[in-house]
Parts: sequence; C-alpha cells; structure tokens
Amino acid sequence: MRQSDSASDWEIKTAIRPIAALGRFTLGAGRRAFSMLGRMSLLFGEALCCTAKGLIVPAQRIRRDALMAQMVRVGVRAVPIVILAQMAIGMILTLQMFPKLDEFGQPEQLATINAIAGFRELGPFLTALVLCGFAGASIAAELGTMVTAEEIEALQASALNPVRFLVVPRLLATVIMTTMLTVIADVVMIASGMLTAVKLGIDSDIYFQLTLEAVDIMSFATGLIKAAVFGLLIGLIACFLGLSVKPWQGSQGVGRATTNAVVYGIVAIIVADAVFTLIFYSYGLFD
Amino acid sequence: MEAGKSPIIEVRRLTKSFGTQRVLEAISLDVYPGEVMVVIGGSGCGKSTLLRHLIGSLPPDQGSIKMFGAEITTMSEAEINKIRKRFGVVFQSGALFNSLSVGENVALPLREHTQLDASTIETMVKIKLELVGLRQHLDKMPAMLSGGMKKRAGLARAIALDPQILFYDEPTSGLDPVTAAEIDQLIVDLTRKLNVTSMVVTHQMDSAFTIAHRMCMLDSGRILKIGPRQEFESLRGSNPDQLHGEQDRLVRQFLRGDAQGPITERRTAGGYEDDLLKISLRHDV
Repeated sequence: MRQSDSASDWEIKTAIRPIAALGRFTLGAGRRAFSMLGRMSLLFGEALCCTAKGLIVPAQRIRRDALMAQMVRVGVRAVPIVILAQMAIGMILTLQMFPKLDEFGQPEQLATINAIAGFRELGPFLTALVLCGFAGASIAAELGTMVTAEEIEALQASALNPVRFLVVPRLLATVIMTTMLTVIADVVMIASGMLTAVKLGIDSDIYFQLTLEAVDIMSFATGLIKAAVFGLLIGLIACFLGLSVKPWQGSQGVGRATTNAVVYGIVAIIVADAVFTLIFYSYGLFD
Repeated sequence: MEAGKSPIIEVRRLTKSFGTQRVLEAISLDVYPGEVMVVIGGSGCGKSTLLRHLIGSLPPDQGSIKMFGAEITTMSEAEINKIRKRFGVVFQSGALFNSLSVGENVALPLREHTQLDASTIETMVKIKLELVGLRQHLDKMPAMLSGGMKKRAGLARAIALDPQILFYDEPTSGLDPVTAAEIDQLIVDLTRKLNVTSMVVTHQMDSAFTIAHRMCMLDSGRILKIGPRQEFESLRGSNPDQLHGEQDRLVRQFLRGDAQGPITERRTAGGYEDDLLKISLRHDV
C-alpha cells in the first residue's frame, strides 16, 4: 500500500515536472523581458533629455559632425539596397495583382493598389527592415566593441556622458534616415509599378491620375510617422543591446548583441506596424 | 608618507562583492599629494576593481572613498563629473576612441570641458602629445598605432585637462621590455613635471620598483602589506627562514616571482585525492 502510494507520488511529480519547468521558464523570460523593456525606456528617457538639452543649452549642443557621420553611415550607404528592394516589390506586386484585376475588367486599379500599399505600408516597412539589418547590426556591434575596448568607461572617466555622445547622434540618425529613405522608397515603388503596368498595356496617364487620386496627404504622412518610429526602434534597440554588452563577454557578447539587434528590431518593427495599423484604422484615417 | 600633509585620496573599509564572491574586503588606504602609489597583486586580487571604484565607475557595497576631501560614493553623476575633470585615467588598452584620430582623442576633453578656442586647443594637443613623444603621430588613427603608442596616446588624453591625480591601469603589461621601461620613465617624469599624484595598478614588479614611492599589495581582496618602496625591496631580498608571518612570505614570493612558496601551495592544496575518488565512484555506478 505504502509502496504504491509513493509510486503514485513519484508519478505525479514526474508528470508535473515539465509543467513546473514551463512555469519557471515563462516567469524567468517574462521577468527578463520586462526588465529589458524597463531599462530600454530609461535609456530612451535619458536620450530624450540629452537631445532636449542639446537643443537648448549651447555647451551641450549636439555635435553636427558626429550627427552627419552617423547619418551617412546609417542611411546613405543603404540607398542602393532600398531602391533595389522597392523596385522588385513594385514589380512583384503589379505582376501578382494584374491577372485578377484584368479578370474584373479594371486592370488600371493596379495604380491604386500600388499607391496605397507603397505609401502606407511597404515603403516604411521594407525600408525599416533593410535599415535594421544594415544600421542596427552595425550600431550594436560598434557600441559592443567599444564596451569591450574600455572606450565607454574612458568616456565616463573623462566626465563625458556616453548617452549624449554616442546614443543621441545614432538615434537621431536612424530616425531621420529611415524617414528620408522611406520617401525614396515610396517614389521608387510607384515608378517601378508604373513601368511594369505600362509594359502590361495600361496607359501611363491613367496610371498617374489614379495614383494621385489614391494617395492623399494622410497616407503619405502616416507612412512617414511610421518610418520615424521604426527608425527610433532600430536605433534604440541597437544602442541598448550594444551598451548592454559586458566587458568580460568579449567577442561572444558583441556577436550576440549584433544578432539580437536585428532579431528584436524586426520583431519590434512588425509589432509596431500592427499597432499603428490598428490605431489608424480605428480612427478612420484610412477611409 | 609625510605626516603634515592630508591625503588626496582616502579609502576607508571599502567592501565589494560580485554575487557571492567577495572581491574587496574592508580596504583602507591613503594616497598623499605628489606621491606614486603602486598597487600590486596577482590576477583577480581585486586591484582593478579597486581602481574602478576610485574613478567612480563602480559603486561600493560598503565603505567610503574621499577624493580632494569630498566623499565620492554618495555623489550624483553631475557632482562626480566635476571630480572626474580633476583626475585622468590611463586604461590598460589605451581605450582610445577608435573613430577619432590621436589628436582628436586628446582634444575631446578640452573641447567639451573648456571654453578654449580651436587654435588654443590645437596648441595644447601638440604640447600634450610632445610630452609623451607622439607629436608627429597627431593625425594617425588609433588602429594604426602599436600597443606602446596607444598607451602613450591614452596618457596624453588623460593629462589633457591638467589633472591633479592620474590613475594607471596596468600601464606596462603586454609591452616589450624597452617600451615598458620607456612608459615607466614617462610616469616618473610626468609625476615630477606636472606635479601630479599617481596611482598605478600593475603586476609587473620591475615597473613597480622603478616608479613607486609607496607600494601596497592586495591578495584576495585584502591588503597584505602597505608601506614605502624600501620596505618591499628589503622584503624581496630577505631570507625566507627569517620571516615570521605568513603574510610576509606571501608578499616575498610575489615580489620575487618564485614558482614555489605559500601562494602556489595554497592553490594546489585541498582534496585532490577525494576529487579523483569521486570520479571513479561515479563511473562505477
């Protein structure tokens, strides 16, 4: 009797073990995620303070050469890739939609679809994805390496704030450049869609007219707002993960920060995009 | 050192743990103006951790650190930044900002913390670089410099704001003997020329005996011995049989770099047979 008791005890314990492990894992992951979000918000707050001070206090102004260097590094080198990606997307979308629209007898509506998809969604979204891989990774790797090379500590020891010196120019650069590249991406996508549509036999004047009708200032503006927030997310996540590398983690820590900057960045962009679309939709901005 | 002077750095019962590991255990030491204090000790003895507390990059668990008579452990970031402008730090790897040239590295603290105009800053940068013998390398990027040059450039940056205290973290480690001797000479010269107080963390004994006025040996987070260099010199040359305390024997082994002695005995001792037995037991089951 006793033996069977203890046997069932043991069985229960064995059965519970995976559930307990799952619970522990969830709690641990939840705590880590919340603590990371918290620390990231603190970094964002400090960066905001430094930016505000940089605009007001002359002694703490944001160095223009540092900002320019970051903008070139983040944005300018990514221009060809963004153009290539958007050209391909414009063509793909046009070719995918054409047969169905032709069936309905309204092939010229390709212009409407391209315009809405491009300005509201694919322009900012794809630009952000490209920049996340391009700039996010390189910012995280750079800052992580600076931690392991004692450069961050050297800044602090020289009474210089790493957030003001390193984070602010990078954040501003990712925000500005994601927005600016999105404008290029929008234009390229419309142009590429139009070229493909003309090849398919649609009149270019009609296409152009329909594009102008489909794109209102709201579509353009919401797209740019999204792009700015995506840029902020890319920069903030990359700076946070780079600065979170511990000096003793060495190259392994830098590698992990770099990978995570891209992965977390992409996830953050997609989630933010969903949230934005829900908000814009429920406020009727897309009517 | 001198009874009349009050210490420029005053550390009292400084204690720090990382997790369960005690890294510093009630450290108390004074550094007086104008002297070179060398902190020695084996790897992991806590000497770098001590240095990080002094420059304000690590908060202590307990204890107090006074610098220029002001308690720095309870200061806000803004207050401690005022103190930081009065000392310089030379990091182990030089820690130059890789995206800036050597000259810009030295110019950065001047540009940010002073109201000097560009041409004055340029002159100052040249003066500082001349002091460490790097004036002709002003425009080079840090990646193009050798290890010894990086440390000298780091030193030039550390003295940019004419600090009263200089902290050196392993200034001669990883350098060839001649370059190391040059750096030692530089530390001695700068201490005299600029009238700064220096605190050097190192495990290079040649270097320590060349530059030190006073020395302090750390072991497992505690101070084993602190005193004038001459005391350490006589301890190094002493006969081990005439030494009474375990501590003196530990210090002597470290100073001489002997392979045999109390430090190595401590490391190899403890349950070797039991450890082996455990392995064989585990495989039997």
